[in-house]
Parts: sequence; structure tokens; C-alpha cells
Amino acid sequence: MSGTLDMDALIDDPDTRVIVCCGSGGVGKTTTAAAIAVRAAERGRAAVVLTIDPARRLAQALGLAELGNSPRQVEVAGFEPKGSLSAMMLDMRRTFDDMVLAHAGPKRAEEVLANPFYRTISSSFSGTQEYMAMEKLGQLAAEGSWDLIVVDTPPSRSALDFLDAPQRLSTALDGRMIKLLTGPARAGGWGLRKVVSAGFGLFAKAVSTIVGGQMLADASAFVQAFDGMFGGFRERALKTYELLRSSGTAFVVVAAPEPDALREASYFVERLAEEQMPLAGLVVNRTHPVLSGLPAAKALGAADNLEARGGAPLAAAVLRLHADRVALAQRERRLVTRFTKAHPAVALAHVPAMASDVHDLGGLREIGDRLAAE
Amino acid sequence: MVTTPVVGWTEQIARARLHVVTGKGGTGKSTVAGALALALAHGGRRVLLIEVEGRQGIAQLFDTQPLPYAEQKVAGVPGGGEVRALHVDVEAALLEYLSMFYNLGFAGRTLRKMGAIEFATTLAPGLRDVLLTGKIKECVTRTDETGRHVYDAVVVDAPPTGRIVKFLDVTKAMADLAKVGPIKGQSDGVVRLLHSGDTAVHLVTLLEEMPVRETIEAVEELDGADLRPGAILLNRVRPPRLPARSVTAAADGRVDASRVREGLRSAGLALAEEDLDGLVEETVEHAIRVQAEQRAREQLAEIDLPAVELPDHVDGIDVGTLYELAEALVDQGVR
Repeated sequence: MSGTLDMDALIDDPDTRVIVCCGSGGVGKTTTAAAIAVRAAERGRAAVVLTIDPARRLAQALGLAELGNSPRQVEVAGFEPKGSLSAMMLDMRRTFDDMVLAHAGPKRAEEVLANPFYRTISSSFSGTQEYMAMEKLGQLAAEGSWDLIVVDTPPSRSALDFLDAPQRLSTALDGRMIKLLTGPARAGGWGLRKVVSAGFGLFAKAVSTIVGGQMLADASAFVQAFDGMFGGFRERALKTYELLRSSGTAFVVVAAPEPDALREASYFVERLAEEQMPLAGLVVNRTHPVLSGLPAAKALGAADNLEARGGAPLAAAVLRLHADRVALAQRERRLVTRFTKAHPAVALAHVPAMASDVHDLGGLREIGDRLAAE
Repeated sequence: MVTTPVVGWTEQIARARLHVVTGKGGTGKSTVAGALALALAHGGRRVLLIEVEGRQGIAQLFDTQPLPYAEQKVAGVPGGGEVRALHVDVEAALLEYLSMFYNLGFAGRTLRKMGAIEFATTLAPGLRDVLLTGKIKECVTRTDETGRHVYDAVVVDAPPTGRIVKFLDVTKAMADLAKVGPIKGQSDGVVRLLHSGDTAVHLVTLLEEMPVRETIEAVEELDGADLRPGAILLNRVRPPRLPARSVTAAADGRVDASRVREGLRSAGLALAEEDLDGLVEETVEHAIRVQAEQRAREQLAEIDLPAVELPDHVDGIDVGTLYELAEALVDQGVR
């Protein structure tokens, strides 16, 4: 049987420097990350939480009414942590712009920022948000103002996107392909080219027919302006990757007790092992534990009995909703067991669902209590 | 109690031949798309279910082998109807598309391996959507030798609400792409189909705050882009257990424990104090949820779209329950 994820031991350990909350979309990653950061601050850590796309009310709970691309101290009435808490929301476009400004001379930076292709890549390429989240994590770690960084990951459909996206973006930017498309003759030294050169010529022509010559010209200009910066980018991405693999990092995989979310959690746990990234455990979020020992069959029998006699409607309703809850809890347990059978070494924490959505620090504190309760 | 006006499936929606199903992640969009395809296949009709996000969700849903890039039968319906499924692979669609105009020969496969195709879709993110909607249009409009449509209806398991308008707004995507050439000519036909009465965009939601908010935003966006919202598909609807008059008090934490105890005793149940407390606590949580569902219904009522409901299946979805969900849809007028 799996062990228990001891959240307090994790956040109290001064060697824990980074906690990454990951999982598929809609499982409560952002709320979990915020709750962990609040709890860590109240237990004495100098914590910062990097959120990606928080619901408006959660952002307000953290005092993040406006979008800012750098951390701000959380100051809310009634919140006097032993340590400290800062919070920020990622602005991916600005993070990318800052990165360009930091790596290029002012003239070249201006060229890049004005390029239409850069605008496409920096705002709508599917891997950019993931890449920029990692870049920001690297910046926060380098800045050294906090002793614990809690990171929320982008709301991608698949939990794995966030590990793969930086690589995909790097491939897109490294220029090889654009050089091939814009001038196959000059992109020598690639064995494959001989084999496909005829096909490639056609393909290049086809692509330019579809995306338009102007787009290719923009892309080419962008890559040329970008070339010198690229080494720096790659170096930083590698550094962040190393940080993720270091012993000071802990991955917390979040999943709802639903088949899809747990399947994604499974993939993610396996992937972390492959990449030798340190996994702290799985948070099964929003469970519905049974609160009364009354067996479901007995409850249903009694409800039938009451309804047949037409009396005590409240008691009959209570019995039926209890039976529903038992069935739901059984299903959740079954799904979680399927996960633990496949991954017996992964520590677990169950977080019972809150009756209503979290929108203040009190709610985050309550989730923190539930996270650490086992 | 206010309820969503369940007017079921309107005449206008029944006339649509392309049913696009979207919803916030986690609302069960793929399951609902599958059930809708089965429901539409009633009466001996032939329906194509298309998946565009490369998840092989249809194969899981119908418990079959992963689907190739080909239309293949996944389910039969009593009365001679059938559902075929197509998993659209963007790369294959691009190559298929290019081969209509250029002879790429074997180079296609090599280009694919090199990542050239992913690269092309990176250059112009809109290209991906143009290819997918182009393939969808081809399926909707395809006719056999007698000139009859090959499919009576096409159901698309589409991207989630956050991306749906971008996905369907081909005109905007085309702004990224070449102003002339083959793809432009094709996309004009796609635009006509998607903005016509032949297309309905259905929104799957749960009776929860966030999915409902996203649904409302998506409807506004669809209206703004001159696309046609179809029906609201309320998924995983659970039966309200408490008498309506008890909900408000119970949600406030006021559950008359002594009355519950008395009722239980009259049914022959004598519970320990903590088990009774547990029942009361479960009742409070249930009531808070019922109230939230009620608010969600009120908000949905404001957007004034026809709605149909699919009951919750606590044991999860298998092929059997998928047919049950389809029955529920047919009973509510889906045709």
C-alpha cells in the first residue's frame, strides 16, 4: 500500500526550495499551489507562489487584482504569517519580451520585438506559456529573495506538455527548418537533404503557397535576428531543467479522482521517473469521503421503508443522499486503488472537496489543513 | 424552484447536419459527443463522429483499438443506424491536402519524420485549424454516386470552450495565411458551412460555477463571431434528494437532527451519535451543492438556449452507459 504524503515535513524542510504542482487541466493545481504557499508562509518559510492562470476570485484572495509580472507581497487583513508570502501571475508575453531585451542589444531587440513572426510565437504558439513559466522559475530562483518557490503549471490538456514544450519551442526557433524553407541550397551539411531535396523543394514551395511568402520572409528575418541570442536561451533552459532535477525540487502531482485525470497523473509519474525528477507524491484533490458509518444497503432499505409509509421525508432524503455518497466514495477509492496498484511507491494525500469554491485566504488555509491532515 | 427551460431539441437544431460539441475541460465533452452521435443514428441514420485533438478518446469510449486516419464503424444502432468514427491527424491531413496539388511522393513521410510539418503549423498556428475544419467540411458535404449525402449527420468532438471560437473562425485564421492559392478557395466553402444553419455548436457543462461561467462566455463569443450556438448539454446531472423547502436551511447548517433521528428510528435504525452527526454533515454539504446547482441553472436560463440533460453515472461510462445516455437524449427529442 502507498505511503502518506507528509506535506508539513515537505514544506518545513529547509532543503525544499522548489515545489512544482502539475497535473492535467481542471484538477485544482492553482488552488493547491496557493494553499501550499500560504501554509508554508504561516509555518515560517519565505515563500513565493508563481501562478499561471488563476480564477479571478483566487487571484483576489492573494491580492493579485492586477496582472503583474513580478512577485508582490501578499497583504491581506488577518494574514500575519510567521514567514512571508509573495505571489505573482505569469504574463508570458512580457516574460518573453524581457528575455529578448536581456539577451540582445537594444537595436536588435527592437527588430525582434517588432517582427510579426515574433508576435505570433510569443502570444499563440502552444508551448510558449510552458516555456515562459520555466523561464520565470529560473529567474525567481536566481534572484534568491525567497527560500521556497511554489510553481503552478499551465492549464494544458496533458500534464506532460509542460515538460515537452520548451524543447518544441527550441526546435521551432533554432532556425534549421527556416533556413531550409527559405533557401534549401544554403543549408548544406545535412545528409537527409540529399534524399529528400526534390521533395523538400516542393514542400517548401507548398508551404510558402499556404502560409504566404511574407510570413516566411518574416520568419527568416526573425531567426537571423534571433540567432545570436539563441545560445543564451538554450543555456537558461538547460539550467532550469537542471534545477528541476535537483534534490531541492519536489514535484507534487495533482489529480481529481476521475479516470482521465488519474491516467494523466500516471503518465506524469512515469515520465518524472524517466527524467530522474524528484516526485514528492500525488494529491488526490476533491474527494468525497463518507462521514457516517451507516452501510448504503441499510440506508436504502430504510429509505424505501419510510417512503412506502409516506412519512419522515427529511430522514428518507438524508438516507438517499448518504447512499449516493457511499457509491461516489467507492468509485473514487476504486480509481485511486487502480493508480496505487500501478505505482505502489508514490505517497498520497487526499483532499476532501470543499462544499463551495475557494475565494479567500480562509479557504486556502482550510485546504492546507486538509492537505496536511493525514 | 427555477429550472433551465428544457425545450429540448428545437426544429432548427434538428435541421443541422454538423454538430460541433465543445465544453470546458473535465465536463465530459467527449462522452457527450459520443452519446449524441449514437442518438442521432437512431432511425437508421448514418453518423460520423470526428475527433480532432489526437487523444484517441473515441476509441476508449467505444472500447475499440486506436483509430487510424480512416472512417470506420464503431457502433451500430437498432433500426439500421450506425456511427462511424474518424480520428483526424493534422499531419496526415496536411499531406493529404498537399498531395491534391503537388506530387510529394515518398518525401511526405520523411518530411513528417523531420518535423517539417509540425514546423509549418508552428509558422502559422491558424493552419492547423484550417486543415481540421477543411477535413470536417469535406465529410459533411461528401455525396455518393446518387448525389445523396454520405452522412446524415457529423458530430465533432471539438476543442474546449476556451479555444472553440478560434478553432471555428476560419476567416480570422486565414488572415495568417496566403491571400491567394488553393487553401484560400477551399476555406471560403468552410466559412459558408460553419456560419450556416447546417451547423450547430453545442456546449457541454456541469451545474458548477466555473463551467457555467465559461459556457456563458463562449456563447457570447460565438454570437460575436456570428457562429450559431445550438443546445446546452447539461452533463452528469444528479438527482436532488432533499425536499426543496429544506434546502436553504440545510445549506445554512440548520438540519433538524432530532427529526432525522426520529425518522430513522421509525424505520428501525438506531445510529450512534457520530454516525448521525456524519449524516447531518453530509446533508449540509449536499444542500450547499444543490444551491450552487440552482444558481448555475438560473445563470444558464439567462442565455436562453434550448437544453437537454444527461444523468450522472456514478460507476463511470462504458459502452452500455453510452447507449443509455443516447436513449436519454432521444427521449428529450434529439433527432
